[in-house]
Amino acid sequence: MMARRRNAMILAALAAACILPLLVTNPGHQNFLILILMFAQVGVAWNILGGYAGQVSLGHAAFFGIGAYTSTVLLIHVGLSPWIGMLVGGIVSAAFAVLIGWPCFRLKGHYFSMATIAVAEIMQVMFTNWEGVGGAVGLYVPLQQQGWEAMVFNTSKLPYYYIALALLAATLLANWAVERSFLGYYFRAIKDEPEAARSLGVSLTRYKLVAIAISSFFTALGGSFYAQKELFIDPGSVLTTSLSIKMALVTILGGVGSLLGPVVGSMLLTGIEEVTRQVFGGSGQGTDLILYALIIIVVAVFYPAGIMGWLKQLRQRVFGARERK
Amino acid sequence: MNPLLDVDNLGKRFGGLVANEGISFRLTEGQIVGLIGPNGAGKTTLFNCLAGFYPPSEGTIHFRGTDVTGYAPPQMARLGIARTFQIVRIFASMTVLENVMVGTMLRYKRVPVAQERARDALEFCGLGGRIELPAANLTVAEQRRLEVARALATEPKLLLLDETMAGLTSSEVQEAVRLIKAIQTRGIACLIVEHVMEGIMPIADHMVVLDYGRKIAEGTPAEISKNPAVLAAYLGE
Repeated sequence: MMARRRNAMILAALAAACILPLLVTNPGHQNFLILILMFAQVGVAWNILGGYAGQVSLGHAAFFGIGAYTSTVLLIHVGLSPWIGMLVGGIVSAAFAVLIGWPCFRLKGHYFSMATIAVAEIMQVMFTNWEGVGGAVGLYVPLQQQGWEAMVFNTSKLPYYYIALALLAATLLANWAVERSFLGYYFRAIKDEPEAARSLGVSLTRYKLVAIAISSFFTALGGSFYAQKELFIDPGSVLTTSLSIKMALVTILGGVGSLLGPVVGSMLLTGIEEVTRQVFGGSGQGTDLILYALIIIVVAVFYPAGIMGWLKQLRQRVFGARERK
Repeated sequence: MNPLLDVDNLGKRFGGLVANEGISFRLTEGQIVGLIGPNGAGKTTLFNCLAGFYPPSEGTIHFRGTDVTGYAPPQMARLGIARTFQIVRIFASMTVLENVMVGTMLRYKRVPVAQERARDALEFCGLGGRIELPAANLTVAEQRRLEVARALATEPKLLLLDETMAGLTSSEVQEAVRLIKAIQTRGIACLIVEHVMEGIMPIADHMVVLDYGRKIAEGTPAEISKNPAVLAAYLGE
């Protein structure tokens, strides 16, 4: 019964998501929808490590950037299809994550977060000075080929929308599978009581590395997609700390350790960004940052479980009241 | 017969502080051994060495014939040493059942199997009616029993119980005693740190007494209760 109703709801949501861009014809609005999907996707990827396993990374832009640069460099120099480049980027990113995770996971809590910031900053400086990958100037995705094979679309935003939707669906599916397997239990155990988890045979290092590998793989897929959508990448856009913070923020706002939290968080946060940009225009640079800060304070003080946690509370209150009657 | 656990000349220092020194004792399969001593005698330190949480500074630990000195906690768990904590460390965001499933997953990675085994362990520990509750909603006595269930879920040969009876009412102590005896009938040895003497004395086969990090006495509960060194340690000279 429950499962059937849930499946029906998933299908309905998917159908609505597929039809939505056909009703929204303005390319600017379509772009806005793509941004929501994109940040939801990287948020879900971030959530695997930061939400479920409780290792708050503020350096996920490094993985996003590796994805973007790997697929783009392979496309420019080898002519490799970005579809395959995307997967290669994911694998390179996961390998890199394991490499930096090894020393970083010796640090706990805030110290781990600080180390991840450092890693991402170093990556940004390195790529800014690395002439082989365009340095500070950045890289343009070649436009000779267009269409599905090349993942380049000039005439319509719609294909990007559907690719972003498919990526989000795939990442949600992976997250869901992890959550239901023993890995999901181990991640939550590590977050709740690491010492108790160790006493039950859970190797903290091993499973934190598994979490960061999965998380960085899907983050990199988002990076490759971004490169194909914007057709231009530079360290300032794909390796910047503000990107890392946004990935964490959509999840924290939506609900850490909840499957759909980042999706809800992305709708709200991307929405706020767009509205402030339109209302304040060029003169309002930084207004969205002020709102970010306000949101963080409100969530931290009143709703530490995020919007999803708040909805759950609300539902319990409503259903609880009904039962009493 | 080979002992299950053989601790030889074990020592643990933190800088200049000697927490354990020259501790030797043995424990055979299915035996209940009580580990007692005044506050600060080094009981919990010894536990942490045996469970792999601290690497010993000197001496050796043999478990089922293998030298396990310096093994990490997950390795110890895999070999068959499980523990509870003096201050309960339950997974607060999980249900009672999920808590125990983390334990069963050491041997059974498939979720439905892990769930089935976890139900058995909870039933055995008298928490069968609490399965779906958030673990944080349990009483302290129940949380202690949840920790025992979770440790048993790893299918240990040796269970290290750190003050599982502290702060319990006398009827709860009786329940805990019954549970430990039931564990023993399953062939699982128990090493029990305990301050509650009416809890430990009737069930222990053997007692080890620590004071100032050293072993000052060893023997049956009856022998220990008459030992002048033990009386001196507890009552002062």
